[in-house]
Amino acid sequence: MTSFKTELQAIAVPPMFAFEPTLENFSIVQERSDYMKYAINSVITSFGATFLALVIAVPSAYSMAFFPTKRTKDILLWMLSTKMLPAVGVLMPIYLLTKGAGLLDNVLSLIIIFTMINLPIIMWMLFTYFKEIPKEILEACRMDGATTLGELRHVVMPLSWGGITSTGLLSIVLCWNEAFWSINLTSADAGTLTALIASYSSPEGLFWAKLSAASTLACAPIVVFGWFCQKQLVQGLTFGAVK
Amino acid sequence: MNTHIRRLLQAPSVILLLLWMIVPLSMTLYFSVVRYNLLYPGPLEFDGLLNYEFFITDSAFFPALTNTLLLVGSVLIITVVLGLALAMLINRPFFGRGIVRVMLISPFFIMPTVNALIWKNMLMNPVYGIFAVIATAFGAEPVDWLADYPLLSIIIMVSWQWTPFALLIFITSLQSQDTEQQEAAQLDGASSWAVFRYLTLPHLSRSIAVVIMIQTIFHLSIFAEIFVTTGGGPGYDSTNLAFLIFSQALLQFDVGVASAGGVFAIILANIVAFFLIRAVGKSLVV
Repeated sequence: MTSFKTELQAIAVPPMFAFEPTLENFSIVQERSDYMKYAINSVITSFGATFLALVIAVPSAYSMAFFPTKRTKDILLWMLSTKMLPAVGVLMPIYLLTKGAGLLDNVLSLIIIFTMINLPIIMWMLFTYFKEIPKEILEACRMDGATTLGELRHVVMPLSWGGITSTGLLSIVLCWNEAFWSINLTSADAGTLTALIASYSSPEGLFWAKLSAASTLACAPIVVFGWFCQKQLVQGLTFGAVK
Repeated sequence: MNTHIRRLLQAPSVILLLLWMIVPLSMTLYFSVVRYNLLYPGPLEFDGLLNYEFFITDSAFFPALTNTLLLVGSVLIITVVLGLALAMLINRPFFGRGIVRVMLISPFFIMPTVNALIWKNMLMNPVYGIFAVIATAFGAEPVDWLADYPLLSIIIMVSWQWTPFALLIFITSLQSQDTEQQEAAQLDGASSWAVFRYLTLPHLSRSIAVVIMIQTIFHLSIFAEIFVTTGGGPGYDSTNLAFLIFSQALLQFDVGVASAGGVFAIILANIVAFFLIRAVGKSLVV
Protein backbone atom coordinates (compact mmCIF):
# COMPACT_ATOMS: atom_id res chain seq x y z
CA MET A 1 0.00 0.00 0.00
CA THR A 2 2.82 2.42 0.82
CA SER A 3 4.35 1.91 -2.57
CA PHE A 4 1.26 3.25 -4.17
CA LYS A 5 1.18 6.28 -1.94
CA THR A 6 4.80 7.23 -2.24
CA GLU A 7 4.58 6.77 -5.96
CA LEU A 8 1.68 9.11 -6.19
CA GLN A 9 3.33 11.74 -4.09
CA ALA A 10 6.49 11.32 -6.07
CA ILE A 11 4.62 12.29 -9.19
CA ALA A 12 3.41 15.48 -7.65
CA VAL A 13 6.61 16.46 -5.90
CA PRO A 14 9.84 16.88 -7.92
CA PRO A 15 12.06 13.90 -7.10
CA MET A 16 14.60 14.39 -4.39
CA PHE A 17 17.73 13.94 -6.50
CA ALA A 18 16.99 16.59 -9.05
CA PHE A 19 15.22 19.15 -6.98
CA GLU A 20 14.72 22.42 -8.76
CA PRO A 21 12.07 25.07 -8.36
CA THR A 22 9.10 23.70 -10.17
CA LEU A 23 8.10 26.71 -12.18
CA GLU A 24 11.48 26.88 -13.84
CA ASN A 25 11.09 23.30 -15.04
CA PHE A 26 7.72 24.03 -16.48
CA SER A 27 9.03 26.93 -18.51
CA ILE A 28 12.03 24.94 -19.73
CA VAL A 29 9.80 22.13 -20.80
CA GLN A 30 7.72 24.60 -22.70
CA GLU A 31 10.77 26.11 -24.38
CA ARG A 32 12.48 22.88 -25.27
CA SER A 33 9.64 20.94 -26.70
CA ASP A 34 6.75 23.29 -27.24
CA TYR A 35 4.77 21.53 -24.57
CA MET A 36 1.66 23.57 -25.19
CA LYS A 37 1.35 22.27 -28.73
CA TYR A 38 1.32 18.69 -27.55
CA ALA A 39 -1.08 19.53 -24.77
CA ILE A 40 -3.41 21.20 -27.23
CA ASN A 41 -3.17 18.18 -29.50
CA SER A 42 -4.09 15.94 -26.59
CA VAL A 43 -7.03 18.11 -25.72
CA ILE A 44 -8.22 18.33 -29.32
CA THR A 45 -7.95 14.61 -29.96
CA SER A 46 -9.53 13.43 -26.74
CA PHE A 47 -12.33 15.97 -26.67
CA GLY A 48 -12.90 15.79 -30.40
CA ALA A 49 -13.07 12.02 -30.42
CA THR A 50 -15.33 11.95 -27.39
CA PHE A 51 -17.69 14.49 -28.89
CA LEU A 52 -17.81 12.69 -32.22
CA ALA A 53 -18.38 9.33 -30.57
CA LEU A 54 -21.17 10.75 -28.42
CA VAL A 55 -22.88 12.30 -31.42
CA ILE A 56 -22.82 8.95 -33.18
CA ALA A 57 -23.63 6.85 -30.13
CA VAL A 58 -26.45 8.77 -28.44
CA PRO A 59 -29.06 8.27 -31.19
CA SER A 60 -28.25 4.62 -31.71
CA ALA A 61 -28.09 3.82 -28.01
CA TYR A 62 -31.43 5.55 -27.67
CA SER A 63 -33.06 3.53 -30.39
CA MET A 64 -31.56 0.32 -29.05
CA ALA A 65 -32.64 0.97 -25.49
CA PHE A 66 -36.21 2.01 -26.20
CA PHE A 67 -37.06 0.05 -29.31
CA PRO A 68 -35.15 -3.19 -28.87
CA THR A 69 -35.54 -5.78 -31.55
CA LYS A 70 -34.52 -9.39 -31.61
CA ARG A 71 -31.15 -8.45 -32.95
CA THR A 72 -30.31 -5.68 -30.49
CA LYS A 73 -28.47 -8.00 -28.15
CA ASP A 74 -26.46 -9.45 -31.00
CA ILE A 75 -25.55 -6.01 -32.26
CA LEU A 76 -24.36 -4.92 -28.83
CA LEU A 77 -22.27 -8.04 -28.38
CA TRP A 78 -20.83 -7.65 -31.84
CA MET A 79 -19.86 -4.07 -31.04
CA LEU A 80 -18.14 -5.36 -27.94
CA SER A 81 -16.28 -7.89 -30.04
CA THR A 82 -14.79 -5.17 -32.24
CA LYS A 83 -13.10 -3.93 -29.08
CA MET A 84 -11.32 -7.27 -28.78
CA LEU A 85 -9.36 -6.80 -31.96
CA PRO A 86 -5.77 -6.24 -30.87
CA ALA A 87 -4.40 -2.97 -32.16
CA VAL A 88 -1.21 -4.57 -33.45
CA GLY A 89 -3.28 -6.80 -35.68
CA VAL A 90 -4.50 -3.86 -37.70
CA LEU A 91 -1.47 -1.62 -37.31
CA MET A 92 -0.25 -2.02 -40.87
CA PRO A 93 -3.54 -1.39 -42.69
CA ILE A 94 -4.38 1.63 -40.56
CA TYR A 95 -0.89 2.99 -41.00
CA LEU A 96 -1.04 2.59 -44.77
CA LEU A 97 -4.58 3.96 -44.98
CA THR A 98 -3.70 7.08 -43.04
CA LYS A 99 -0.57 7.44 -45.12
CA GLY A 100 -2.57 7.01 -48.31
CA ALA A 101 -5.06 9.62 -47.17
CA GLY A 102 -2.24 11.98 -46.35
CA LEU A 103 -3.32 12.04 -42.74
CA LEU A 104 -0.17 10.67 -41.18
CA ASP A 105 0.87 12.87 -38.28
CA ASN A 106 -2.46 14.62 -38.44
CA VAL A 107 -4.83 15.30 -35.58
CA LEU A 108 -7.79 14.24 -37.69
CA SER A 109 -6.62 10.66 -38.10
CA LEU A 110 -6.15 10.31 -34.35
CA ILE A 111 -9.62 11.69 -33.71
CA ILE A 112 -11.15 9.18 -36.09
CA ILE A 113 -9.22 6.28 -34.60
CA PHE A 114 -9.98 7.25 -31.01
CA THR A 115 -13.63 7.61 -31.90
CA MET A 116 -13.76 4.13 -33.32
CA ILE A 117 -11.84 2.62 -30.43
CA ASN A 118 -14.16 4.06 -27.82
CA LEU A 119 -17.44 3.82 -29.67
CA PRO A 120 -18.28 0.32 -28.38
CA ILE A 121 -17.67 1.27 -24.75
CA ILE A 122 -19.65 4.48 -25.12
CA MET A 123 -22.53 2.70 -26.84
CA TRP A 124 -22.58 0.12 -24.14
CA MET A 125 -22.61 2.62 -21.28
CA LEU A 126 -25.21 4.88 -22.84
CA PHE A 127 -27.36 1.86 -23.47
CA THR A 128 -27.34 0.94 -19.77
CA TYR A 129 -28.09 4.52 -18.76
CA PHE A 130 -30.97 4.84 -21.19
CA LYS A 131 -32.36 1.54 -19.98
CA GLU A 132 -32.82 3.07 -16.55
CA ILE A 133 -35.24 5.71 -17.79
CA PRO A 134 -38.79 4.56 -17.08
CA LYS A 135 -40.63 3.75 -20.27
CA GLU A 136 -43.82 5.33 -18.91
CA ILE A 137 -42.34 8.78 -19.25
CA LEU A 138 -41.69 8.21 -22.92
CA GLU A 139 -45.12 6.78 -23.46
CA ALA A 140 -46.64 9.87 -21.87
CA CYS A 141 -44.64 12.07 -24.24
CA ARG A 142 -45.75 10.07 -27.20
CA MET A 143 -49.36 10.49 -26.13
CA ASP A 144 -48.72 14.19 -26.11
CA GLY A 145 -47.54 13.88 -29.68
CA ALA A 146 -43.76 14.17 -29.35
CA THR A 147 -41.76 13.05 -32.37
CA THR A 148 -38.97 10.54 -32.02
CA LEU A 149 -36.27 13.15 -32.34
CA GLY A 150 -38.07 15.57 -30.07
CA GLU A 151 -38.40 12.83 -27.51
CA LEU A 152 -34.70 12.18 -27.65
CA ARG A 153 -33.75 15.82 -27.39
CA HIS A 154 -36.21 17.03 -24.80
CA VAL A 155 -36.80 13.99 -22.64
CA VAL A 156 -34.11 11.35 -22.88
CA MET A 157 -31.05 13.58 -23.02
CA PRO A 158 -31.96 15.84 -20.09
CA LEU A 159 -32.91 12.83 -18.00
CA SER A 160 -29.66 11.01 -18.58
CA TRP A 161 -27.43 14.05 -18.63
CA GLY A 162 -25.34 12.72 -15.74
CA GLY A 163 -24.84 9.43 -17.51
CA ILE A 164 -23.83 11.06 -20.75
CA THR A 165 -21.36 13.33 -18.96
CA SER A 166 -19.66 10.52 -17.10
CA THR A 167 -19.52 8.44 -20.25
CA GLY A 168 -17.81 11.37 -21.93
CA LEU A 169 -15.40 11.75 -19.04
CA LEU A 170 -14.43 8.11 -19.22
CA SER A 171 -13.91 8.38 -22.94
CA ILE A 172 -11.71 11.44 -22.48
CA VAL A 173 -9.59 9.60 -19.93
CA LEU A 174 -9.17 6.63 -22.26
CA CYS A 175 -8.27 8.81 -25.25
CA TRP A 176 -5.88 10.92 -23.23
CA ASN A 177 -3.90 7.90 -22.10
CA GLU A 178 -3.97 6.10 -25.42
CA ALA A 179 -0.39 5.35 -26.35
CA PHE A 180 -0.18 2.82 -29.13
CA TRP A 181 -1.73 4.79 -31.96
CA SER A 182 -0.42 8.16 -30.94
CA ILE A 183 3.15 6.87 -30.81
CA ASN A 184 2.89 5.06 -34.10
CA LEU A 185 0.94 7.53 -36.19
CA THR A 186 2.26 10.91 -35.13
CA SER A 187 5.53 12.68 -34.72
CA ALA A 188 6.02 16.42 -34.61
CA ASP A 189 2.80 17.99 -35.78
CA ALA A 190 0.04 15.99 -34.23
CA GLY A 191 1.90 14.38 -31.36
CA THR A 192 -0.06 14.09 -28.15
CA LEU A 193 1.33 14.25 -24.66
CA THR A 194 1.75 10.49 -24.55
CA ALA A 195 3.96 10.67 -27.62
CA LEU A 196 5.90 13.64 -26.24
CA ILE A 197 6.64 11.86 -22.99
CA ALA A 198 7.55 8.68 -24.83
CA SER A 199 10.06 10.69 -26.84
CA TYR A 200 11.75 11.69 -23.59
CA SER A 201 12.71 8.10 -23.02
CA SER A 202 15.94 8.38 -25.00
CA PRO A 203 17.86 11.08 -23.08
CA GLU A 204 18.12 8.60 -20.20
CA GLY A 205 16.73 10.75 -17.47
CA LEU A 206 18.94 13.73 -18.19
CA PHE A 207 15.97 15.98 -18.06
CA TRP A 208 14.32 14.09 -15.34
CA ALA A 209 13.26 17.16 -13.38
CA LYS A 210 11.79 18.66 -16.51
CA LEU A 211 10.23 15.41 -17.45
CA SER A 212 8.52 15.11 -14.11
CA ALA A 213 7.17 18.60 -14.57
CA ALA A 214 5.81 17.60 -17.95
CA SER A 215 4.40 14.38 -16.57
CA THR A 216 2.68 16.14 -13.72
CA LEU A 217 1.01 18.50 -16.11
CA ALA A 218 0.04 15.65 -18.36
CA CYS A 219 -1.43 13.45 -15.67
CA ALA A 220 -2.97 15.75 -13.11
CA PRO A 221 -6.14 16.70 -14.98
CA ILE A 222 -6.84 13.18 -16.09
CA VAL A 223 -6.31 11.64 -12.67
CA VAL A 224 -8.86 14.08 -11.30
CA PHE A 225 -11.26 13.20 -14.12
CA GLY A 226 -10.66 9.58 -13.30
CA TRP A 227 -11.70 10.00 -9.67
CA PHE A 228 -15.00 11.35 -10.81
CA CYS A 229 -15.81 8.47 -13.08
CA GLN A 230 -14.65 5.45 -11.05
CA LYS A 231 -18.07 3.86 -11.05
CA GLN A 232 -18.56 4.41 -14.75
CA LEU A 233 -15.13 3.03 -15.38
CA VAL A 234 -16.08 -0.27 -13.79
CA GLN A 235 -19.25 -0.50 -15.80
CA GLY A 236 -17.68 0.71 -18.99
CA LEU A 237 -14.66 -1.53 -18.91
CA THR A 238 -16.50 -4.64 -17.82
CA PHE A 239 -19.41 -3.93 -20.17
CA GLY A 240 -21.87 -4.09 -17.31
CA ALA A 241 -20.83 -7.59 -16.30
CA VAL A 242 -19.88 -6.37 -12.81
CA LYS A 243 -22.18 -4.11 -10.85
CA MET B 1 -42.36 5.19 -40.51
CA ASN B 2 -41.07 4.95 -36.99
CA THR B 3 -39.01 1.87 -37.77
CA HIS B 4 -37.24 3.84 -40.48
CA ILE B 5 -36.17 6.49 -38.02
CA ARG B 6 -34.95 3.84 -35.63
CA ARG B 7 -32.90 2.18 -38.31
CA LEU B 8 -31.57 5.54 -39.38
CA LEU B 9 -30.50 6.35 -35.83
CA GLN B 10 -28.63 3.10 -35.47
CA ALA B 11 -27.11 3.14 -38.91
CA PRO B 12 -24.10 5.45 -38.35
CA SER B 13 -22.64 3.55 -35.43
CA VAL B 14 -23.25 0.14 -36.96
CA ILE B 15 -21.89 1.06 -40.38
CA LEU B 16 -18.84 2.83 -39.00
CA LEU B 17 -17.93 -0.02 -36.71
CA LEU B 18 -18.48 -2.49 -39.50
CA LEU B 19 -16.08 -0.55 -41.70
CA TRP B 20 -13.63 -0.18 -38.85
CA MET B 21 -13.61 -3.91 -38.36
CA ILE B 22 -13.80 -5.28 -41.86
CA VAL B 23 -11.57 -2.98 -43.86
CA PRO B 24 -8.38 -3.26 -41.78
CA LEU B 25 -8.99 -6.91 -41.03
CA SER B 26 -9.31 -7.90 -44.65
CA MET B 27 -6.31 -5.75 -45.52
CA THR B 28 -4.28 -7.50 -42.84
CA LEU B 29 -5.36 -10.87 -44.19
CA TYR B 30 -4.47 -9.83 -47.72
CA PHE B 31 -1.09 -8.37 -46.79
CA SER B 32 -0.26 -11.46 -44.83
CA VAL B 33 -0.20 -13.60 -47.98
CA VAL B 34 1.67 -11.25 -50.32
CA ARG B 35 5.27 -10.17 -50.47
CA TYR B 36 5.15 -6.55 -49.45
CA ASN B 37 8.06 -4.63 -48.08
CA LEU B 38 8.06 -0.85 -48.11
CA LEU B 39 11.81 -0.85 -48.70
CA TYR B 40 11.55 -2.94 -51.88
CA PRO B 41 8.79 -1.46 -53.98
CA GLY B 42 7.42 -3.58 -56.77
CA PRO B 43 4.32 -5.49 -57.72
CA LEU B 44 2.68 -7.38 -54.87
CA GLU B 45 3.24 -11.04 -55.43
CA PHE B 46 1.22 -13.82 -53.96
CA ASP B 47 3.34 -15.54 -51.40
CA GLY B 48 1.13 -18.19 -49.90
CA LEU B 49 1.97 -18.89 -46.31
CA LEU B 50 5.58 -17.82 -46.65
CA ASN B 51 5.07 -14.78 -44.43
CA TYR B 52 3.67 -16.94 -41.68
CA GLU B 53 6.56 -19.30 -42.03
CA PHE B 54 8.94 -16.39 -41.91
CA PHE B 55 7.30 -14.90 -38.85
CA ILE B 56 7.22 -18.16 -36.94
CA THR B 57 10.75 -19.18 -37.80
CA ASP B 58 12.10 -15.76 -36.90
CA SER B 59 14.60 -16.18 -34.08
CA ALA B 60 12.63 -13.61 -32.10
CA PHE B 61 9.34 -15.44 -32.37
CA PHE B 62 9.70 -17.97 -29.57
CA PRO B 63 11.22 -15.55 -27.09
CA ALA B 64 8.42 -13.13 -27.95
CA LEU B 65 5.74 -15.76 -27.51
CA THR B 66 7.08 -17.00 -24.19
CA ASN B 67 7.59 -13.42 -23.03
CA THR B 68 4.01 -12.57 -23.93
CA LEU B 69 2.65 -15.55 -22.05
CA LEU B 70 4.95 -14.96 -19.08
CA LEU B 71 3.98 -11.31 -18.98
CA VAL B 72 0.26 -11.98 -19.15
CA GLY B 73 0.42 -14.86 -16.69
CA SER B 74 2.47 -13.21 -14.00
CA VAL B 75 0.70 -9.88 -14.24
CA LEU B 76 -2.63 -11.67 -13.90
CA ILE B 77 -1.55 -13.55 -10.79
CA ILE B 78 -0.03 -10.46 -9.16
CA THR B 79 -2.90 -8.12 -9.92
CA VAL B 80 -5.67 -10.52 -8.95
CA VAL B 81 -4.06 -11.58 -5.67
CA LEU B 82 -2.96 -8.07 -4.74
CA GLY B 83 -6.19 -6.50 -5.88
CA LEU B 84 -8.19 -9.01 -3.88
CA ALA B 85 -6.10 -8.45 -0.75
CA LEU B 86 -6.37 -4.67 -1.01
CA ALA B 87 -10.07 -4.81 -1.76
CA MET B 88 -10.65 -6.91 1.38
CA LEU B 89 -8.53 -4.47 3.38
CA ILE B 90 -10.37 -1.33 2.41
CA ASN B 91 -13.79 -2.92 2.29
CA ARG B 92 -14.44 -2.20 5.97
CA PRO B 93 -14.83 1.43 6.94
CA PHE B 94 -11.92 3.17 8.67
CA PHE B 95 -10.67 6.71 9.04
CA GLY B 96 -9.42 8.21 5.79
CA ARG B 97 -10.75 5.36 3.71
CA GLY B 98 -11.94 7.62 0.92
CA ILE B 99 -8.50 9.11 0.45
CA VAL B 100 -6.75 5.76 0.60
CA ARG B 101 -9.14 4.43 -1.96
CA VAL B 102 -8.57 7.33 -4.32
CA MET B 103 -4.81 6.98 -3.92
CA LEU B 104 -4.95 3.28 -4.62
CA ILE B 105 -6.96 3.73 -7.76
CA SER B 106 -4.96 6.62 -9.21
CA PRO B 107 -2.18 4.66 -10.93
CA PHE B 108 -4.72 3.38 -13.39
CA PHE B 109 -5.39 6.87 -14.72
CA ILE B 110 -1.76 7.75 -15.25
CA MET B 111 -0.74 7.35 -18.83
CA PRO B 112 1.31 4.24 -19.50
CA THR B 113 4.25 6.18 -20.90
CA VAL B 114 4.52 8.30 -17.76
CA ASN B 115 4.13 5.23 -15.60
CA ALA B 116 6.96 3.53 -17.41
CA LEU B 117 9.22 6.54 -17.19
CA ILE B 118 8.62 6.97 -13.48
CA TRP B 119 9.69 3.40 -12.90
CA LYS B 120 12.59 3.63 -15.27
CA ASN B 121 14.11 6.83 -13.98
CA MET B 122 12.98 7.18 -10.43
CA LEU B 123 12.87 3.69 -9.04
CA MET B 124 14.89 1.36 -11.20
CA ASN B 125 17.74 3.54 -12.33
CA PRO B 126 20.98 1.93 -11.13
CA VAL B 127 22.60 5.26 -10.22
CA TYR B 128 20.02 7.48 -8.62
CA GLY B 129 16.87 5.37 -8.59
CA ILE B 130 15.25 4.87 -5.22
CA PHE B 131 15.82 1.12 -5.28
CA ALA B 132 19.51 1.67 -5.91
CA VAL B 133 19.74 4.21 -3.10
CA ILE B 134 18.09 1.81 -0.69
CA ALA B 135 20.39 -0.97 -1.83
CA THR B 136 23.53 1.13 -1.37
CA ALA B 137 22.30 2.32 2.01
CA PHE B 138 22.35 -1.30 3.10
CA GLY B 139 25.72 -1.79 1.49
CA ALA B 140 24.43 -3.93 -1.34
CA GLU B 141 25.29 -3.62 -4.98
CA PRO B 142 22.58 -1.65 -6.81
CA VAL B 143 20.74 -3.66 -9.41
CA ASP B 144 20.39 -2.41 -12.95
CA TRP B 145 16.81 -3.57 -13.19
CA LEU B 146 16.05 -2.84 -16.79
CA ALA B 147 19.27 -4.34 -18.12
CA ASP B 148 19.43 -7.40 -15.88
CA TYR B 149 15.78 -8.25 -15.35
CA PRO B 150 13.98 -6.52 -18.22
CA LEU B 151 10.93 -8.74 -18.28
CA LEU B 152 10.53 -8.69 -14.51
CA SER B 153 10.73 -4.89 -14.57
CA ILE B 154 8.00 -4.71 -17.16
CA ILE B 155 5.87 -7.13 -15.18
CA ILE B 156 6.23 -4.92 -12.11
CA MET B 157 5.31 -1.78 -14.03
CA VAL B 158 2.27 -3.30 -15.64
CA SER B 159 1.13 -4.82 -12.36
CA TRP B 160 1.45 -1.46 -10.67
CA GLN B 161 -0.82 0.05 -13.24
CA TRP B 162 -3.38 -2.73 -13.38
CA THR B 163 -3.75 -3.72 -9.74
CA PRO B 164 -5.99 -0.67 -9.26
CA PHE B 165 -8.19 -1.93 -12.05
CA ALA B 166 -8.66 -5.29 -10.34
CA LEU B 167 -9.12 -3.52 -7.02
CA LEU B 168 -11.73 -1.19 -8.44
CA ILE B 169 -13.80 -4.02 -9.80
CA PHE B 170 -13.44 -6.22 -6.73
CA ILE B 171 -14.43 -3.42 -4.40
CA THR B 172 -17.47 -2.59 -6.50
CA SER B 173 -18.45 -6.20 -6.39
CA LEU B 174 -17.75 -6.53 -2.65
CA GLN B 175 -20.04 -3.66 -1.88
CA SER B 176 -22.95 -5.47 -3.42
CA GLN B 177 -22.33 -8.48 -1.18
CA ASP B 178 -24.98 -9.37 1.33
CA THR B 179 -23.55 -8.72 4.81
CA GLU B 180 -26.34 -10.52 6.64
CA GLN B 181 -25.11 -13.82 5.33
CA GLN B 182 -21.64 -13.11 6.66
CA GLU B 183 -23.01 -12.12 10.05
CA ALA B 184 -25.03 -15.29 10.21
CA ALA B 185 -21.96 -17.34 9.39
CA GLN B 186 -19.93 -15.58 12.06
CA LEU B 187 -22.65 -16.20 14.64
CA ASP B 188 -22.48 -19.86 13.77
CA GLY B 189 -18.79 -19.72 14.60
CA ALA B 190 -17.23 -19.65 11.16
CA SER B 191 -13.68 -18.33 11.10
CA SER B 192 -12.97 -15.25 9.03
CA TRP B 193 -10.97 -17.40 6.63
CA ALA B 194 -13.97 -19.68 6.17
CA VAL B 195 -16.20 -16.67 5.55
CA PHE B 196 -13.78 -15.45 2.94
CA ARG B 197 -13.33 -18.85 1.36
CA TYR B 198 -16.95 -19.98 1.23
CA LEU B 199 -18.90 -16.72 0.99
CA THR B 200 -16.77 -13.92 -0.40
CA LEU B 201 -14.77 -15.85 -2.95
CA PRO B 202 -17.80 -17.43 -4.62
CA HIS B 203 -19.46 -14.02 -4.65
CA LEU B 204 -16.43 -12.58 -6.41
CA SER B 205 -15.90 -15.45 -8.82
CA ARG B 206 -17.70 -13.68 -11.61
CA SER B 207 -15.77 -10.45 -11.28
CA ILE B 208 -12.51 -12.37 -11.01
CA ALA B 209 -13.32 -14.08 -14.27
CA VAL B 210 -14.13 -10.75 -15.93
CA VAL B 211 -10.95 -9.14 -14.62
CA ILE B 212 -8.86 -12.02 -15.89
CA MET B 213 -10.39 -11.93 -19.34
CA ILE B 214 -10.26 -8.17 -19.82
CA GLN B 215 -6.73 -7.94 -18.56
CA THR B 216 -5.63 -10.78 -20.80
CA ILE B 217 -6.94 -8.98 -23.83
CA PHE B 218 -5.22 -5.74 -22.87
CA HIS B 219 -1.98 -7.38 -21.81
CA LEU B 220 -1.61 -9.43 -24.95
CA SER B 221 -0.83 -6.18 -26.70
CA ILE B 222 1.21 -4.33 -24.09
CA PHE B 223 3.28 -1.88 -26.02
CA ALA B 224 3.93 1.52 -24.48
CA GLU B 225 5.80 0.24 -21.44
CA ILE B 226 8.20 -1.79 -23.54
CA PHE B 227 8.63 0.94 -26.13
CA VAL B 228 9.54 3.53 -23.51
CA THR B 229 11.76 1.48 -21.23
CA THR B 230 13.65 -1.41 -22.74
CA GLY B 231 12.82 -1.19 -26.41
CA GLY B 232 12.41 -4.95 -26.44
CA GLY B 233 15.97 -5.58 -25.39
CA PRO B 234 18.52 -6.48 -24.37
CA GLY B 235 18.42 -8.93 -27.25
CA TYR B 236 14.85 -10.15 -27.32
CA ASP B 237 14.61 -10.49 -23.56
CA SER B 238 11.62 -8.22 -23.20
CA THR B 239 10.11 -8.35 -26.67
CA ASN B 240 6.50 -9.44 -26.71
CA LEU B 241 4.36 -10.20 -29.73
CA ALA B 242 3.00 -6.68 -30.02
CA PHE B 243 6.45 -5.20 -29.95
CA LEU B 244 7.79 -7.76 -32.39
CA ILE B 245 5.05 -6.93 -34.88
CA PHE B 246 5.69 -3.25 -34.37
CA SER B 247 9.38 -3.65 -35.10
CA GLN B 248 8.69 -5.78 -38.16
CA ALA B 249 6.30 -3.19 -39.49
CA LEU B 250 7.70 0.21 -38.68
CA LEU B 251 11.38 -0.50 -38.15
CA GLN B 252 11.95 -3.08 -40.90
CA PHE B 253 9.00 -2.02 -43.05
CA ASP B 254 8.07 -5.58 -43.83
CA VAL B 255 4.32 -5.25 -44.17
CA GLY B 256 3.73 -8.85 -45.16
CA VAL B 257 5.45 -10.46 -42.21
CA ALA B 258 4.03 -7.93 -39.80
CA SER B 259 0.55 -8.68 -41.08
CA ALA B 260 1.09 -12.38 -40.62
CA GLY B 261 2.06 -11.60 -37.04
CA GLY B 262 -1.04 -9.45 -36.72
CA VAL B 263 -3.26 -12.33 -37.80
CA PHE B 264 -1.54 -14.47 -35.21
CA ALA B 265 -2.21 -11.89 -32.48
CA ILE B 266 -5.84 -11.58 -33.52
CA ILE B 267 -6.36 -15.32 -33.26
CA LEU B 268 -4.75 -15.38 -29.83
CA ALA B 269 -6.94 -12.55 -28.58
CA ASN B 270 -10.08 -14.06 -30.04
CA ILE B 271 -9.68 -17.25 -28.07
CA VAL B 272 -9.98 -15.18 -24.91
CA ALA B 273 -12.59 -12.87 -26.35
CA PHE B 274 -14.86 -15.77 -27.12
CA PHE B 275 -15.19 -16.62 -23.44
CA LEU B 276 -15.49 -13.00 -22.37
CA ILE B 277 -18.33 -12.33 -24.77
CA ARG B 278 -20.17 -15.40 -23.58
CA ALA B 279 -19.82 -14.26 -19.97
CA VAL B 280 -21.01 -10.76 -20.79
CA GLY B 281 -23.82 -11.98 -23.00
CA LYS B 282 -25.33 -13.92 -20.14
CA SER B 283 -25.73 -10.83 -17.99
CA LEU B 284 -27.12 -8.65 -20.76
CA VAL B 285 -30.82 -7.95 -20.53
CA VAL B 286 -32.34 -6.23 -23.51
